[in-house]
Amino acid sequence: MKTARSMVALVLLALVALVATGCGSDAGSGDGGAEAGATTTAAAAGGRGEALEGEITVSAAASLTEAYTQIGADFETAHPGTTVTFTFDSSGTLSQQILDGAPVDAFASADEANMAKLTDQDLVDGEPQVFARNQLVIVTKPGNPAGIEGLADLPGAGVVALCAASAPCGRFAAQVLEGAGVALDESSVTRGQNAKATLTAVAEGDAAAGIVYVTDARAAGDAVAAVAIPEERNAVATYPIGVLAGSGHLDVARAFAEYVLGDEAQAVLKEHGFLPPS
Amino acid sequence: MAAVAAMGLALFVLPLAGIVQRADWAHLVDHLRTPEALEAIRLTLVASLSATALSLVLGIPLAWVLARSRFRGLALVRGLVLLPMVLPPVVGGVALLSAFSLRSPLGGWLHDTFGVQLTFNPAGVVLAETFVAMPFLVITVEAALRNLDPRYEEVAAGLGASRFTVFRRVTLPLVGPSVLAGAVLAWARAMGEFGATITFAGNIAGRTRTLPLAVYLQLETDQDAAIALSLVLLGISLAVLVALRGRWLERS
Repeated sequence: MKTARSMVALVLLALVALVATGCGSDAGSGDGGAEAGATTTAAAAGGRGEALEGEITVSAAASLTEAYTQIGADFETAHPGTTVTFTFDSSGTLSQQILDGAPVDAFASADEANMAKLTDQDLVDGEPQVFARNQLVIVTKPGNPAGIEGLADLPGAGVVALCAASAPCGRFAAQVLEGAGVALDESSVTRGQNAKATLTAVAEGDAAAGIVYVTDARAAGDAVAAVAIPEERNAVATYPIGVLAGSGHLDVARAFAEYVLGDEAQAVLKEHGFLPPS
Repeated sequence: MAAVAAMGLALFVLPLAGIVQRADWAHLVDHLRTPEALEAIRLTLVASLSATALSLVLGIPLAWVLARSRFRGLALVRGLVLLPMVLPPVVGGVALLSAFSLRSPLGGWLHDTFGVQLTFNPAGVVLAETFVAMPFLVITVEAALRNLDPRYEEVAAGLGASRFTVFRRVTLPLVGPSVLAGAVLAWARAMGEFGATITFAGNIAGRTRTLPLAVYLQLETDQDAAIALSLVLLGISLAVLVALRGRWLERS
């Protein structure tokens, strides 16, 4: 009996720990790699001709997952001695993490508003540069069994997946719906934490439709069907990248931001469905 | 020894103190009186208590089988039962989707035959929470059953009691405190469940948006409201865990 009780007490203690940390670790799952950036020391000199060296952490909008993973690998190949670690999540989550002191070297946002939160606090080195644009699209189950032809068909179609109102894709979706005069009852809307989670609700879950970025729908391949939103009704998301002034590897972070604007990276972005910066 | 213990305690106390200090106490009640907050609190309590009840009904027999049976593959069965404790909850949610979504054979059959859809439904929240929380009950009750002196049951059986009567009248009362402890552990874990719930049941206001989901959404828009909701979660959990511990001390 004694041992049983002490064992139970042990499990209980472990649980208190779980309860205390549970919310935080689930919710903040994006910043796991955030500490990595500060651990290596910078190259002795950042002068021209010197090889770049060091590890940077880049926080990037979830919609950039595929394109940036490839661009990061290309950058590492172009600059041996550098390592780029990514944290992908909603731009709203990422900007909040950076405001809360997450050690990040560069931030690529899916909108200008979340970048502005950082420039307002003088956290950004120089001016953020727009490197891509994106548009929204309706996604449905493969084959579009519900016969959704446009925004007007969304009410009554079943559960619709939208991004959280604080995520850029959530704000853009609200704009697009309002512009089309379509009102969705919140009791039939499931909110994804970011663009990828919203897509997953349609691709894996039971949501009848969702509004995500064109690039996400393309990345999902056959898992969803895409229904275009007319150009004049669509929103355009502009993606700026900014180097954070507190970076321990300003030279590498600046080089990465520059690289994203270069021809090679632009070709990768185009391949994934992004529009050019202007 | 005491110094290390203090460090261990600090690891738990510091983050809690941080959140208490960050809270907007003056407007705490206002943050909790919004329809969204009340809805989330109500749903969280109903779903976590239902998940606890379901865990008791399914978990006690399971713990009994694990503690008393001898068969090949028992270790594997125990591993399967405890797996949700180490599985990332989001993966648990995806696993539940693959079993119970409308496109899965079982989920499709449930829908076509009974009109039941678990996804985007409070029942789905209960299922996700039970999946994640029940192992805490099973492991606690199994440990108690293993430590039970078998002579009480043998005597009862010798006096002519059926196996079910022995279980109900002798075994269960003896492991009662552990059942209670396991139920509270499972309940507390269910209250805080996030990953499996948002993945499987979705995040619909008033239907599947429990407190942890509401906290996550609010963190980016209204931190004060998010912290107020977190405090409710912490307050309820701490109160119950403290009360339970007090009960144990009185008994031993």
